[in-house]
Amino acid sequence: MFYREAGQFRTSYGQDGQIFPLRQDRWAMLALLAAAVLVVPMVASDYWLRALLIPWLIFSLVALGQNILTGYAGQLSLGSAGFMAVGAFACYNFMLRVDGMPFLVALVLSGLCAAAVGMAFGLPSLRIRGLYLAVATLAAQFFIVWALDKFGWFKNNDPSGVITAQPIVILGMGFNTPQEKYLLVLGIVVVLALLAKNMARGATGRAWMAVRDMDVAAEVMGLPLMRTKLQAFAISSFYCGVGGALFAFAYLGTVEPSAFTIDMSFRILFMIIIGGVGTILGSFLGAGFILLLPIFLSVLFHAVAGKTVDASITSAVELIVFGALIIVFLIVEPHGLARLWQLTKERLRLWPFPH
Amino acid sequence: MFDDGISRSLRGLVAAVAVAAATLVPALAQAQGKEQYFGIPSYRVGPFAAGGTGFFGGIIDYLQYVNMKEGGVNGVQMVWAECETEYNAARGVECYQRLLKKGDLQMHIFEPLATPIAYGVLNRVDDDKVVLTQYGYGRSDAADGRVFPWVFSTMTSYWSQASAILNWISTKEGGIDKMKGKKIAHLHLDSAFGREPLPVLRRLAKDWGFELIEIPVAAPGIEQQAQWLRIRQERADWVISWGFGAGMNSTAINSAARINFPREKMVGVWWAGSEEDVLPAGDAAKGYFAAANVPSGKQFPLVQDIEKVVYGAGKGNLSDPKRIGNIYWNRGVTAGIFWVEAVRNGQRIANKRGQMLNGDEMRLGFEALNLTPARLKELGIEGMLPSFKLSCADHEGAGVVKIIQWDGAKWNSVTPDWVSSDRKMIREMVEESAAKYAAEQKITPRKC
Repeated sequence: MFYREAGQFRTSYGQDGQIFPLRQDRWAMLALLAAAVLVVPMVASDYWLRALLIPWLIFSLVALGQNILTGYAGQLSLGSAGFMAVGAFACYNFMLRVDGMPFLVALVLSGLCAAAVGMAFGLPSLRIRGLYLAVATLAAQFFIVWALDKFGWFKNNDPSGVITAQPIVILGMGFNTPQEKYLLVLGIVVVLALLAKNMARGATGRAWMAVRDMDVAAEVMGLPLMRTKLQAFAISSFYCGVGGALFAFAYLGTVEPSAFTIDMSFRILFMIIIGGVGTILGSFLGAGFILLLPIFLSVLFHAVAGKTVDASITSAVELIVFGALIIVFLIVEPHGLARLWQLTKERLRLWPFPH
Repeated sequence: MFDDGISRSLRGLVAAVAVAAATLVPALAQAQGKEQYFGIPSYRVGPFAAGGTGFFGGIIDYLQYVNMKEGGVNGVQMVWAECETEYNAARGVECYQRLLKKGDLQMHIFEPLATPIAYGVLNRVDDDKVVLTQYGYGRSDAADGRVFPWVFSTMTSYWSQASAILNWISTKEGGIDKMKGKKIAHLHLDSAFGREPLPVLRRLAKDWGFELIEIPVAAPGIEQQAQWLRIRQERADWVISWGFGAGMNSTAINSAARINFPREKMVGVWWAGSEEDVLPAGDAAKGYFAAANVPSGKQFPLVQDIEKVVYGAGKGNLSDPKRIGNIYWNRGVTAGIFWVEAVRNGQRIANKRGQMLNGDEMRLGFEALNLTPARLKELGIEGMLPSFKLSCADHEGAGVVKIIQWDGAKWNSVTPDWVSSDRKMIREMVEESAAKYAAEQKITPRKC
């Protein structure tokens, strides 16, 4: 009904290798992007842009980075917030110390800084796996935040120990309003997500997945383990670093190193577990679930209970409901929201004649 | 079967109507008359909930009190909406945005009582015309109103507090000249909050000749064995406990007891000086000092009146009325006083008696905050707040603390007068730091 594929033939390799082989999917994606670029900035209020959409896009990007490393390459990491911190502080320092530094260049450079740090902390992955690796990357999380905290140079010796992001100016155009910041973040996220999707389904991604599924077998087949693993660490950290820089520059504005806590790393890991390990879509869905659902619950409870119920009770109930929902979703679909969407889509393709 | 269906759908209808009525009734009640709207970014869950429920409960109780006792400010009712921040920067920013507008009403004052949240909205308040009042926390250099027109470090910043604590310690030691060679440990949470007073402490260590031992504690601060071992090894004369959260503060006190460090030589920052911070430590806390921006107790006429008027009518916000008069709640009440005084001033300055204020007028009203001794008496809070006034250039005002001591059951003021900081030195540092911030952010300081 919704997916009438009759008449859609792929006659060339190019067509066969498209990201969305179905015409309906392509149109839907284009419509979604067009709506995100044209309609959302016109319709969405400042609250939606500044409090929901911008952080959601940023965390989707970071979750994407985590997913590349954990979901595709199978390296369990708990350092993503630390790599975000590297990106945020690197971007601040590039903008501060290099005269006339264009923001986008600083953003890429900060991503590269995070990638370098990520590779350094990825070295243990050559010898250890699984939970043990998670513990090793935990060191990255603590060490990075500690180092940023400890050495005043990173923060330009601010007495409060915080950085205040400089205004974003690209080619003489300032990105100050929520709409402008949203479009900037959206653009960066779309480009990087597209890159990630192509990496994931190309030779790079296949190598990652081979390593994930069985690294000894991958090595026997001639995949260089060291290069593949470190590449995954570098690319993943690059995404986290860019996300961290956007977190500081397009979202919060003023950040302290301790904003990038272990708690945040765990949240990012939960995002991909809930969203779907080893999927691009899952990063977006998971970020939405972890980030937006508590807010939605809080708004809902305030609207329903309002002043009639003690605010302490509604706040506690929100947490309980959120926790329960996590459990429910993991029981219903352990492979995450992306898998749920995939199953729905497969059913839609057959519907209304499933046999 | 059929009946069942009807009754079920009827029941659903009744429930829906009840929910709709519950949401509509307060809205209708508020719709009459003029209102000044406030956003309350409270935290009632999580590790800091004890402070959050007390402080924000105090604000709400005072606003309620003004409504019930005086019918609002010149007939303008105080209304508010609450949002749960969990003491988390991202949630706090979301709350800020959510609270910013409520129907036609606009929020003009934001008081998150959380340094990370204050930093998260710091860059937004100018555009949104919201007064950010960091009541005893946050950026100390916000005291320079020329660089930070919308941000206040009301009453006493961390820098002033650190300086005042050291002033008090020096009087206990018998003068500044006696401080030479003394060892003072700064036991602090390893965060921006914990490091904020370091510039002041380091400078005074140099000027006075005492040795400063900086001892960070990793968040959440409940693991302090190594730190106290070091305090014992260094034979510190005093410990300044710059902790946050009941867990960290009671751990500090218990650890001090374990190594037999005299509690009478410990001074907590005001976050480490509430009932909730010392009660878990039990008897170990006896003799422990803390700096307070607002003393505890019910001896103030206003506190008694709130208990009578608001709690007497069953409209109090604290679920446990025994907490009336606690440090956090008292502090919340005084924050409420600042807000309402700002509304009064704003109405006077803008010549809008009995009308709603906009953001600019609220800012002017807050900047005109002037608590003279006569005004404090009128409000019934003599001794609860120091007498101070804010101005265009000075967004801090007082820079004083009271030193209080825990006797095992309650906090007692050991300094009946307020202990002042080194105002001149702090102001110098504030202006220097603010100028640096202005240069970095390309802000032209306004003239005052």
